[in-house]
Amino acid sequence: MADLTSNFIGIKSPNPFWLASAPPTDKEYNVRRAFEAGWGGVVWKTLGEDGPPVVNVNGPRYGAIHGADRRLLGLNNIELITDRPLEVNLEEITRVKKDYPDRAVVVSLMVPCEEGPWRDILRRVEDTGADGVELNFGCPHGMAERGMGSAVGQVPEYIQMVTEWVKKHSDYPCIVKLTPNITNILHPAKAALAGGADAVSLINTINSITSVNLDTFAPEPTIDGWGAHGGYCGPAVKPIALNMVAEIARNPETANLPISGIGGVTTWRDAVEFMALGAGNVQVCTAAMTYGFKVVQEMISGLSQYMDEKGITSVDEIVGRAVPKAKDWQDLNLNFVTKAEINQDLCIQCGRCYASCEDTSHQAIAMSEDRVFTVKDDECVACNLCVNVCPVEDCITMREIPLGEVDERTGKPVETYANWTTHPNNPSVVAGE
Amino acid sequence: MSQSHQAAGIAAGRKTRDAIAESFSDLHPPLSAHEALVAADRCYFCHDAPCMTACPTSIDIPLFIRQIATGTEEAAAKTIFDQNILGGMCARVCPTETLCEQVCVREVAEGKPVEIGRLQRFATDSVMDRPQPYSRAAETGKTVAVVGAGPAGLACAHRLAMHGHSVTLLDARAKAGGLNEFGIAAYKSTDDFAQNELNWLLSIGGITVETGKALGADLSLGQLQQDYDAVFLSIGLAGVNALTLDGNHDGAIDAVDWIAEMRQSKDKTDIAVGRNVVVIGGGMTAVDAAVQSKLLGAETVTIAYRKGKENMSASEYEQDLATSKGVHILFNATPKSLSDGAITFTRTGTDEEITLAADQVMRAIGQTLEAAPEAIALEHGKIKIDEVGRTSVTGVWAGGDCATGGEDLTVTAVAEGRDAAEDIHATLMKGE
Repeated sequence: MADLTSNFIGIKSPNPFWLASAPPTDKEYNVRRAFEAGWGGVVWKTLGEDGPPVVNVNGPRYGAIHGADRRLLGLNNIELITDRPLEVNLEEITRVKKDYPDRAVVVSLMVPCEEGPWRDILRRVEDTGADGVELNFGCPHGMAERGMGSAVGQVPEYIQMVTEWVKKHSDYPCIVKLTPNITNILHPAKAALAGGADAVSLINTINSITSVNLDTFAPEPTIDGWGAHGGYCGPAVKPIALNMVAEIARNPETANLPISGIGGVTTWRDAVEFMALGAGNVQVCTAAMTYGFKVVQEMISGLSQYMDEKGITSVDEIVGRAVPKAKDWQDLNLNFVTKAEINQDLCIQCGRCYASCEDTSHQAIAMSEDRVFTVKDDECVACNLCVNVCPVEDCITMREIPLGEVDERTGKPVETYANWTTHPNNPSVVAGE
Repeated sequence: MSQSHQAAGIAAGRKTRDAIAESFSDLHPPLSAHEALVAADRCYFCHDAPCMTACPTSIDIPLFIRQIATGTEEAAAKTIFDQNILGGMCARVCPTETLCEQVCVREVAEGKPVEIGRLQRFATDSVMDRPQPYSRAAETGKTVAVVGAGPAGLACAHRLAMHGHSVTLLDARAKAGGLNEFGIAAYKSTDDFAQNELNWLLSIGGITVETGKALGADLSLGQLQQDYDAVFLSIGLAGVNALTLDGNHDGAIDAVDWIAEMRQSKDKTDIAVGRNVVVIGGGMTAVDAAVQSKLLGAETVTIAYRKGKENMSASEYEQDLATSKGVHILFNATPKSLSDGAITFTRTGTDEEITLAADQVMRAIGQTLEAAPEAIALEHGKIKIDEVGRTSVTGVWAGGDCATGGEDLTVTAVAEGRDAAEDIHATLMKGE
């Protein structure tokens, strides 16, 4: 069993799996169950100002996208921050942290964009013994209409301003949670850094309407005949989140800014992928909401086995290992040639590769009378679509054509590395001589 | 009043009415809506799908399964009926394990095919209590006699009616439906499905049913040719192969007759079955007779087949079904002689004798063509047809079990009836 201990911006936890600020971390009862199940930490569901708590809708809060066999792929919610009194939450946080001193307890906060309310709430949190705060600049629904959540996260100047207030009024490690509902994640990330943030966490949920009821013609989830956009999360958003994490990790200005990776982490593999692209730890919500807290046990055993197999002794060794390989398109080797190859022993002859290639790609797969599917090397551009649509894992693979060997499609031998920046077809290439 | 398994001789009521009803419930219970979605999700939507090629009626299986998966089972049913108007019955009786499901890529890959038969039933069941989705074209003024109201005749009649022709559907029995009504095992067609489907099919209009009209007795081909613009023969195999054995046995009967009688019984408490039943044969009829004997309460039931397991025409699946119901299958047993309460076989190719107690002996060694008009050319004991169902006599088409081509399956009969109807239609409209 590998040592999974995590130290994220000075916050220690027995493993790098935290529950994200969300319904699973709204109450002492849930959080205790989470810790019993093995979660390394929690970000407590966002606290708002003292006073009458926010209210939630009393119709459906969630909508979902399903894959085969109703496997939940994407979840949308219109729930707001905690709707329980501040005092109750603070008491519960205090009790839980006291009973689980080895677990990370970070408190998520969202108050109006004024210094006073931020100063006040930080003072209230101070006595709980919590390990840090996370600033919720991400929630895209409801609270954003009131000038909080993603309404702040979409304005870098506000991010910097509020972060500065938080650092001014508390010594807590401060994580700034970013919204993906922007055009370039680097701007909010840089603003957080400039404001003194110890880390950023991302992504929060994505603006979304999950579906439309075709009888009532109302967006879903539907509240009394109407729908409002919610925040989308779950396995479906993982690719978007991975890219945003990588963008921050590979940018020289933000490269040293610690990242807590969030967005569709469902298995240990997802977690390792986030970490490899620069996340110091991960936060999970939808997987727990779909399968219960026990999923963390697979994440723990899977990460442990992986680390043992790779001879990795500390989770920090994983962090950022894929970052040097995340590049711009223009850096890619245009002389690298691969060809699809179909393993006839594994092929079940469904013909999906043929249909997709013939109808929508490069007509590079041949189908014989007796349903044997073969790749035409002289047509294959190695697009990988056949690999992606094949229902059998590893049945179709991409074979690299070695240097010097002829690519049957172009009739030319494979050459050494060259990219777009030097390509003769690139109009912005200036002749070197 | 109810007798036990052990009651000697041939007797009705070996089980209570409820026990019989329980035994004869659906062999494959219908899928629930949730089960159907789960099953449909497994389909890969193959290109040029092998299942579709394997279906004698070429139903677009990937399309109808996708239609189920997207919550439009009525559209799925239409996809099925476009190719096979008896898609409901075929969903129940098709040996899918040797047709579509055998070649399903997931059968090949995992040994677990997509449950095409049950999905087809799910789709077709969803519309059976609604008006059928077809209507007649404008009247053509042409008339067609369809002789035999089994699957081939029904499929032909429906397609002809759709094209606007006037069809007279003639059948020797007192009821239309053919083997759907009188032949197939009761646990494959529960709740009077055959008659319900027949009524649904006939609701297209333009089809007049006349029962009690047998070719050769009440009808002659010459007269039919005179009275109608075209004739389609789907008279099935009305004869049974003879089995001559030494000795007498009061309880020796033809399995097809016993099955037909049982299918017409309301609750089967009046159907007599032996304590010890021996069924001679190796096909589906033998399995159907044996299994249903067992379900009716026979104590021992044996299928005796003169060749080995590999030669048996009943599929592996049907054999397993029989043995799972407690039927014993005796291979390589050639019947030799009968005596009261027993039958003696020799081990095929040897002198070794095997004698089994048998209150009831059922013959299921194949059916033969009967009452085929003399003018028509036969081949291998069946009416010779070409690929569109034309016989040697101009203006006369044939299909189903009575004709050459394809296996003797409901689904094959439907395909032949449908295709002949298309050719009849094309011929009549050309004015040939």
